[in-house]
Amino acid sequence: MIGDYTYTEFTSILAMQGFAGLTLFSVFVLMALGLAIIFGQMGVINMAHGEFMILGAYMTYLCSQFFSVYLPSLFSIYFFFAMILAFAASFLLGMLVEWGLIRFLYRRPLDTLLATWGLSLILQQAYRSIFGAREVGVTLPDWLMGSIALTDIIEIPINGLFVMGLTALITLGVYFGMFRSNWGKRMRAVVQNRTMAGAVGINTKMVDRMTFGLGCGIAGIAGSAFTMIGSTGPTAGQLYIVDTFLIVVFGGAGSLIGTIASAFSISQAQSTIEFFLSGSMAKVLTLLTVVGILMLRPQGLFTLKIRR
Amino acid sequence: MLSIDKLHVAYGQSKVINNLCLDVKPGEIVAIMGRNGMGKTTLMKSLIGIIPSRSGSIKIGETPPESLENLESYQRVAKGLAYVPQGRMIFPALSVRENIETGLTVTGQTTVPPLIYELFPVLLEMKDRRGGNLSGGQQQQLAIARALASNPKVLLLDEPTEGIQPSIIKEIARTLCRIRDEMGLSIVVSEQVLSFTLDMADRVLVIEKGEFVHDSPRAGIDEKKVSAFLSV
Ligand SMILES: Nc1ncnc2c1ncn2[C@@H]1O[C@H](COP(=O)(O)OP(=O)(O)OP(=O)(O)O)[C@@H](O)[C@H]1O
Ligand SMILES: [Mg+2]
Repeated sequence: MIGDYTYTEFTSILAMQGFAGLTLFSVFVLMALGLAIIFGQMGVINMAHGEFMILGAYMTYLCSQFFSVYLPSLFSIYFFFAMILAFAASFLLGMLVEWGLIRFLYRRPLDTLLATWGLSLILQQAYRSIFGAREVGVTLPDWLMGSIALTDIIEIPINGLFVMGLTALITLGVYFGMFRSNWGKRMRAVVQNRTMAGAVGINTKMVDRMTFGLGCGIAGIAGSAFTMIGSTGPTAGQLYIVDTFLIVVFGGAGSLIGTIASAFSISQAQSTIEFFLSGSMAKVLTLLTVVGILMLRPQGLFTLKIRR
Repeated sequence: MLSIDKLHVAYGQSKVINNLCLDVKPGEIVAIMGRNGMGKTTLMKSLIGIIPSRSGSIKIGETPPESLENLESYQRVAKGLAYVPQGRMIFPALSVRENIETGLTVTGQTTVPPLIYELFPVLLEMKDRRGGNLSGGQQQQLAIARALASNPKVLLLDEPTEGIQPSIIKEIARTLCRIRDEMGLSIVVSEQVLSFTLDMADRVLVIEKGEFVHDSPRAGIDEKKVSAFLSV
């Protein structure tokens, strides 16, 4: 017996909350991935990252509306188009922002912080003007609804599995992009020594723009996933940005594996503790644990071992 | 192959390179010698475009010469200039192979030319190690290999012998001559070690306070006079 639950009940609850946390985990991973790429690459802390996510969420909403009105026959697969659109929109807006704002502020962390915070306010207002202040939700196609019953008590939501599968694919893609492609090699070279990267023939400004766009684009996909667990409103991104920063710092900036591990532990911890205690208590406990661990390991969970 | 005319470079108010002119012929190895703080690194950096020049022109190539002074570093590399900085500055977390491959960016190729590994067999042996875990001398070879990967017309080397033992210095001199012979490029190298310079340079210049105060071909060079410039 654990509290009021029998042992089987308890493990079932753990498992179910764990599976319920899958979508949250996926959103976190995608958000953190984008943020970590941007921060690791250019030292820019993007306070507007949540708004790029929400842009993706609105794109998904638009797509769902469009398909249900004009292409009902294809409604069951609209989500794939929605994700591509979400990525493209956030990617393009990201490149535009880098070109119009960020590139003037490199090596001025405080200024970028303020500027991207200002940008987040502007974007929130823009969403309010364009989409209205009311929160909107998407309709999921039938095949994404419902859940698979593993045992009498344990049920796994299908949309959670779907989103997690996609997240795994995207993460793998990012991993290969960063560590196996020419583009990734250039990006890592720029991170390690920007001046020298230019002096061996790499167009560092272009790399910066693409990288910022990519980080934002991934946030857009996170927004697509987000529509499955929450309703989309102009300020919904704000709720996620703090957690995402926490994940990036906890995982060790610059480590892909660290980011995933920390997103997993934080989302799972929150989702399970939430079942037994209140949501804010879950936050407090997670935060305390993370702070405790960071005091022992300030560099985060994972770091690269090299001579500098 | 490389011609510099009336080049001025300054950090804020302090002028470091003054009215410098230099002509490097195809296949020529030019050594620029000078004591600490005389402006060798500043000259190299302004040639590759890491620090802007105040005025003057930098041209590369023969038919016809192309102006570099208003281009970004990566564009200068694309025009045929390559740079090996003082202190190597390899990418520590990239593998040896990846380090060399970064130099391929402007060529559009994806595989490292075999000649580079022929010149530096040790890099082939260690191609999967992280650059940061190589010894100083190996990192120097890596930095040269990375520069050569962009298939340059002119190679700039800033104090390649710094912190390297005498036997390896001799070997670097031999390798540089071999690079010039096999790849047919011009080399501009800054140096403080006279014996190294005499091992390979076709022409020796001495820089002081940002100006050339001595210029002579290696044949018939007045060694005493050059050493006198370098001591004090
Ligand atoms: N970033 C900088 N800002 C201001 N002054 C500088 C800067 N870098 C170099 N200098 C000055 O410019 C002068 C030339 O420096 P430079 O590094 O070109 O010398 P060097 O000939 O390469 O010396 P060394 O043999 O020690 O490498 C020095 O007086 C130095 O103090
Ligand atoms: Mg120097």
